[in-house]
Amino acid sequence: MASEPELQLGWVDHELADEFPDLALWTVRVQARSGRSPEGVRERLRALASRITGGHVIHMRQDPVPWAYRVFWRQIGLDPDTTRTPVEQIALDRLKWGGLRSRNLLDDAITIATFETGVPVVALDADLVGSQLGLRLTGDHELLGGSGRPLSARQIVVADEDHCLAVLSGEVAEERGVTPSTTNMAIGAIQVKGVPRISVEEALWTVAETLSVGG
Amino acid sequence: MPETLERRRPIAPYPQGPPLAKQPARPAAHESLLQPPLAPRTAPDERPARRTLLDQIEHLEQELSSVFVPTWPRKGFEFSVASRGGPRLLSLAELELLRDDLATRVDDARRSLSDSSYVEEKHRCRIEEMLLEPEKHKWVRIGNDDIGEPGCKHWHVRPRWGILGMLMNWWRVNISSGCPLAQGRA
Repeated sequence: MASEPELQLGWVDHELADEFPDLALWTVRVQARSGRSPEGVRERLRALASRITGGHVIHMRQDPVPWAYRVFWRQIGLDPDTTRTPVEQIALDRLKWGGLRSRNLLDDAITIATFETGVPVVALDADLVGSQLGLRLTGDHELLGGSGRPLSARQIVVADEDHCLAVLSGEVAEERGVTPSTTNMAIGAIQVKGVPRISVEEALWTVAETLSVGG
Repeated sequence: MPETLERRRPIAPYPQGPPLAKQPARPAAHESLLQPPLAPRTAPDERPARRTLLDQIEHLEQELSSVFVPTWPRKGFEFSVASRGGPRLLSLAELELLRDDLATRVDDARRSLSDSSYVEEKHRCRIEEMLLEPEKHKWVRIGNDDIGEPGCKHWHVRPRWGILGMLMNWWRVNISSGCPLAQGRA
């Protein structure tokens, strides 16, 4: 890449910030399209898959970054053994399927970044979301994406100035997510207590770099 | 002598206790029942309690992870603690319940691991005894599962040369070579 993409720190609702002072949303905007992954990216996925073993998965929950997200999952009312953190889900999928299956360039880039760093990443269509992304609690009778499924009150969501865009556990509003026609993407990464900023930056740069190389 | 006693006597500034401040007249019992209870002027600050509970949950999750790793590859352990319908901010009561459930789960897992380790140690000792004196452990079969290790290896006390060994009391330990192949050899 010619230059590193510029990272933006999103806003966090004051009630959330009081509860989790280290919670942050970092975003980066990338001009790229998804689509079929080039051979280089698929090769990288294969190399990644060969590094994941049963022992690695067992010990993963004691590694600092995956463990930090397990704790955070627990503190926000999720059971990390049922609703897996993204990095654990990737590792378990690898054991289940015998490899990491290539789906499309964006998903592959997110898989690579998440597994390499342990940081969960979410992607949105930058043309369909506001300029300022952040984290907040839902109010009463809110809909995911503005017209999607109803959300219960006080859920933690990624939002812009107007709408809830994604639930923190990973579900993205269909009408705000990336589609084959998307040309601008907003990539977000959640930082929690115990996760160094460099891991978050690396996750976002990895996605941006993979997208730019592949696209 | 009486003078000395007089000198040693402690001086009590208020022989009957300090003077009381002027107290307002107490209302009669039936009047106090009629008055509404005092409402707190400020809501209690939950943040210190919430912070403590979140720290305890973090600590317990660490303990649960530290118990989970040594249990592998044993089966029958339960590490799941029910979800609270997240992702959301939990109330103070929910945080307390979650903390209690986690503490119970950690205790259960640790106790189960301790029990398993004890039984596995007994099985290891028995394998040694089987190897030394197989005739005293006829037909006993102990697998890797029984000693908390992965794989299909097992130790089985069997008679040498079939029925002749049974009649002559010739016993030996057969050690399997591991898991069967997923597919037959070509």
